[in-house]
Amino acid sequence: MTTTVTTAVPAPSAPAKPAGPARERRRATLLRWCFVAPAALYMLAFFGYPLVRNILMSFQHYTPQTYFTGESPFNGLDNWRGVFDNPLFAQSLWHTLIFTFGSLLGQFVLGLALAVFFSRRFRLSGFVRAVLLLPWLVPMVVSAVVWRKLLDQETGVLNTLLMDLHLTSSAIPWLSSPNVALFAAILVNVWIGIPFNMVILYGGLQEIPRDLYEAAALDGAGAWRTFRSLTLPLLRPVVTVVLILGFMSTVKILDLILALTGGGPADSTQTLGTLTYQLSFQQLDFGQGAVVGNVLVLVSAVFAVLYLRANRSDFGQGK
Amino acid sequence: MPQLRRRPPAPTLILTALLVTPGLAGCAKAPDSGTFTVLNSATDTHEHAAQQEFFDRCAKPLGVRVRQTSVPADQVASKALRMASSHSLTDILELDGSELPQFADTGGLVPLKDAGVDVTGMSEGAVSMGSFRGTPYGIARSVNSLALIYNADLLREAGVEPPTTWDELKTAAKKLTRGRTFGMAFSATPDADGVYQFLPFFWSGGGDESRLDDGKGAPALQLWKDLVTSKSASSAVVTWNQQDVNDQFIAGRAAMMINGPWQVPVLGAHKDLKWEVAPVPVPEAGRPPVPPIGGTVMALPKTGDSGRQRTAAKILNCLNEQRNQVDWGESVYNVPTRTAAAAAYKAQNPKLGAFADQVATARSRTGRVGARWPVVSDALSGAFQSVLTGRATPETALKQAQSRATAGK
Repeated sequence: MTTTVTTAVPAPSAPAKPAGPARERRRATLLRWCFVAPAALYMLAFFGYPLVRNILMSFQHYTPQTYFTGESPFNGLDNWRGVFDNPLFAQSLWHTLIFTFGSLLGQFVLGLALAVFFSRRFRLSGFVRAVLLLPWLVPMVVSAVVWRKLLDQETGVLNTLLMDLHLTSSAIPWLSSPNVALFAAILVNVWIGIPFNMVILYGGLQEIPRDLYEAAALDGAGAWRTFRSLTLPLLRPVVTVVLILGFMSTVKILDLILALTGGGPADSTQTLGTLTYQLSFQQLDFGQGAVVGNVLVLVSAVFAVLYLRANRSDFGQGK
Repeated sequence: MPQLRRRPPAPTLILTALLVTPGLAGCAKAPDSGTFTVLNSATDTHEHAAQQEFFDRCAKPLGVRVRQTSVPADQVASKALRMASSHSLTDILELDGSELPQFADTGGLVPLKDAGVDVTGMSEGAVSMGSFRGTPYGIARSVNSLALIYNADLLREAGVEPPTTWDELKTAAKKLTRGRTFGMAFSATPDADGVYQFLPFFWSGGGDESRLDDGKGAPALQLWKDLVTSKSASSAVVTWNQQDVNDQFIAGRAAMMINGPWQVPVLGAHKDLKWEVAPVPVPEAGRPPVPPIGGTVMALPKTGDSGRQRTAAKILNCLNEQRNQVDWGESVYNVPTRTAAAAAYKAQNPKLGAFADQVATARSRTGRVGARWPVVSDALSGAFQSVLTGRATPETALKQAQSRATAGK
């Protein structure tokens, strides 16, 4: 059997345009800016403005009064000092890191395993894949509420199952012990994140040319060797994208934890997200809330830059 | 004209955008003189309709209409603040009692007396719930509190009388704990639900929310801890909200629970369940229980239109006439705030008598700490959560709570 290789026909090069007069070129430049302008204006209004406001707010005494009087005096570093002095901040930062990296690890490993599994064709593969996408379609709060019932110490299905299978002798306090609750939250978030990882990685796997696998097989590479030396390197650009996007959506997570544990028990699941919420919308100290928000923006920004760089080196120069 | 098509009129676009933007900011709707607006948390269809019925009852004679804007309870405050910044606040603002001080503190509310709203004849606790620094700003039509709700059948089978003191509560809970049924259930979540449930114990024991570390609150924490360590209550109470506690009780997995009258419709729907209401047990016999008073208050934001304010005040006065208060109290299972109305309510609903009695001695959460309540509430929930999960002793937990409540303030 021979494989026919189709070589791309080079596109006929466009006829070189004669350089017009300066007026013509200026018009072209203006035209280009006109296409960019709506997007730029949109970004400025809906991303730039709130960001600048949030940064300013973190240096202001911003309380409910501000909404009525419009006065929000600058108070220097008071808000920042208040937040950094709050022992909850260090705890939340630590929990956020554990939560984010734990979730990413779980989501990625399981997502990749499933993607590799489904990249082989078999009966019902499409159906099972569709079912696995379900967690992604369910609103975060709904998943969290359902999981709260499943993980309940007394009546949760998970504990009943584990005890019936004699895997544990007593009920595991998934959400009611400070030592376990963060782990339980990670577990739920992994479940939520698997479809995203699986779909993107599955897409990446489809991009890898089949004939490379044939070549590897001819060279006598085993399954593990093929995966390590062929699949993983070629999947690298997609992996970077998945991990960085996953990081940015996980680090700021709020709704899942609020609905699952409310930050408890004993603050063991407080993250930067829940702390911002608590400071801004429960204690109505918008200045301090903005400080935590800015810390989150900063962390995300670092990873956004990494993402852009990774994108440029991997996609920009062609695969 | 092909040339024009090739060159989009970008300068015109930008100019239009610049002209339109300030226009948008100033386009708050001019109030319709015949329609009065209310911001409340009546998102539940049944409650929304019930509210509307009472508003209609009071607005019709004045020749006006009332339109409600309802958002979930935890979003009322932030929605109201957003409205305030765009000068589009509603004529009547219905807030949770614990949120009133923060709004009154902004100077954005009209003192009830200035607007012509009368609060005489209302229970002291209810007036205090709507007051900030001694001035009433909000009026409560009905209030709720907490009581001990028990499964009469289970108590009879175990030969246990409804407990009245903490010691009796511990013994009774122990006796009632059998198989998969716990003797006692309460909510200890790190939010308003848990704090509300902790307060009857904290206050009855002598605890003071303005001085958390004075040692008087420790016995209440110890009581909760004892109930959990003796396994008379599940250690999962730190994750159960008031709804979950009610579910456990209905499923027969808890013989007694602390809960409020808003659960009555749900409890009543289970005909085979025989439940009764008793006051929350106190540290020693003879001491009156001090439960918290809860509910919403209606306030009048400063909208700058005194004519509308006077009409809005008339609507509030009408809603709080005795007959309307009793009817409203019955429709939401809360106790009317007019002392006379409360008596009538109790006579008509003997089963809810314990709630009506509790309200008489109930205390407002914000009476002592005012606008600082959210911070204190957070500190308190931190205290009982760390005690229940074994992270701290009651004394250290309260010391930490006090420093948390005063940190950076």
